[in-house]
Amino acid sequence: MAEYNLSNRKVMVSNKKMTFSERLYLPEILRGMGVTINHLFKPKVTYVYGKDIRPFATTYRGQHVLKRDDEGRERCVACGMCAVACPAEAITIVAAERQPGEEHLYREEKYASTYEINMLRCIFCGLCEYACPKEAIYLTQRLVEVETNRRDFIYTKDDLLESMDNRIDISQRRLR
Amino acid sequence: MKVTIDGHTIDVEPGTTILQAARKIGGDIVPPAMCYHSLIENTGGNCRVCMVKVAQGSERDPRPMPKLVPSCKTEVQDGMVVENISNPNVLEARKNVVELLLINHPLDCPVCDQAGECELQNLSFKHGVEMTFFEEDKRVFEMTSLGDKIKLHMNRCIVCFRCVKLVDQISPERQHGLLYRGDRAEISSYIQKAVDSEWSGNIIDVCPVGALTDKTFRFKSRVWFLKPMEAHRDCDTCSGNALVWMFGNEIYRVTMRNAPYGEHEELICNTCRFEKKNVSDWEIIGPREYPKFSVINQNNYVTPPKKVVINADKRLL
Repeated sequence: MAEYNLSNRKVMVSNKKMTFSERLYLPEILRGMGVTINHLFKPKVTYVYGKDIRPFATTYRGQHVLKRDDEGRERCVACGMCAVACPAEAITIVAAERQPGEEHLYREEKYASTYEINMLRCIFCGLCEYACPKEAIYLTQRLVEVETNRRDFIYTKDDLLESMDNRIDISQRRLR
Repeated sequence: MKVTIDGHTIDVEPGTTILQAARKIGGDIVPPAMCYHSLIENTGGNCRVCMVKVAQGSERDPRPMPKLVPSCKTEVQDGMVVENISNPNVLEARKNVVELLLINHPLDCPVCDQAGECELQNLSFKHGVEMTFFEEDKRVFEMTSLGDKIKLHMNRCIVCFRCVKLVDQISPERQHGLLYRGDRAEISSYIQKAVDSEWSGNIIDVCPVGALTDKTFRFKSRVWFLKPMEAHRDCDTCSGNALVWMFGNEIYRVTMRNAPYGEHEELICNTCRFEKKNVSDWEIIGPREYPKFSVINQNNYVTPPKKVVINADKRLL
């Protein structure tokens, strides 16, 4: 059988004879302690739970956001691709037709009059984000807040749609 | 008459077209067709996606035809040899035709009601290329209506003439047609005159793209969320055999029953199509089967799931 060394860090154990300094025992102990003490002066990699806030990965899949375009119009056209891609069937959409005079509210002639995500069903897989042809829905680094009532976990458009004063940055998300 | 299509030989009646002979054989060798529809007289020859190579004209005159021919309009001759998918030139030509059909198509599938049952969508998935050489602006028309029940999106039209020929067939006089020529060609009724016939709703179904849509179903739902159910109703005008698209216990829309290759079984009247949307109006027979990988089967379970038996005793022990 061939030798596989995939990690490139494999060390073969040999049964060689120890040298005189190794047999003295104390120099090797000091060398080992040196490695340990070195780590005292290196930057810490642990986060203290409760004290520090651990940064999220840029592709973290948290609470959804429905994006608006630069002119503040809703991007979602209620095509239903997210709802059909959703493996948990958490998304419900009802579409409506844009009336004359509403061009500043909705980007295209069709929009979602109801857009609901049941956060108890959602498994945060991100397939809705991947399926969206209009770059309207994204998952963000925000966490879904704790509620005391199960009904409150059904997020409606008021909860999901971003406001123009407080826009949510999704420029770090690499999807395609 | 013997005709050979991609190596499959079949005996057909005189007067059969190559497309009909290929459909009798079935399988991968059937050329796609956007404008030919068997319910409508004199359709075909407009879209050019069904072009095939005739490698041998007939038994008596075995010369090949010099150019690709539209298979929906070319009648077979005895001993004809046709190449469809076995000829790379045909496939290359079909790719280019799809690209040309798409140059003025707005590709607004997320908004379009036809998405999911659109023949142009299926065609471009199967035969199209992902890129286009077309950089110019697409033609833009205002949305109009043909009557109070039918919406016309001229942007999406691929000028297949199915609707014009169907209206010619069902009404005594001409009611709508094509204005202008070439790039500016536009389907229109005479000065916004309504297309009023008891059968006019069928032009919605025969439209291969989303240019003609049902105003009573406009933006109500997407087709893959609905369940197509065969239904029957005692109607004086038509046969009453239709397909109702249900969500739960509600009927969202009524269409003609589908047939293979994007065609339909028989026409239904406007009363059945637009006005009978209560479950009590219909006698619902059962779910309609669609091809296995059709998007309409998404999340629908037409066939009962098979019981899986694992013979663990035999294999493992």
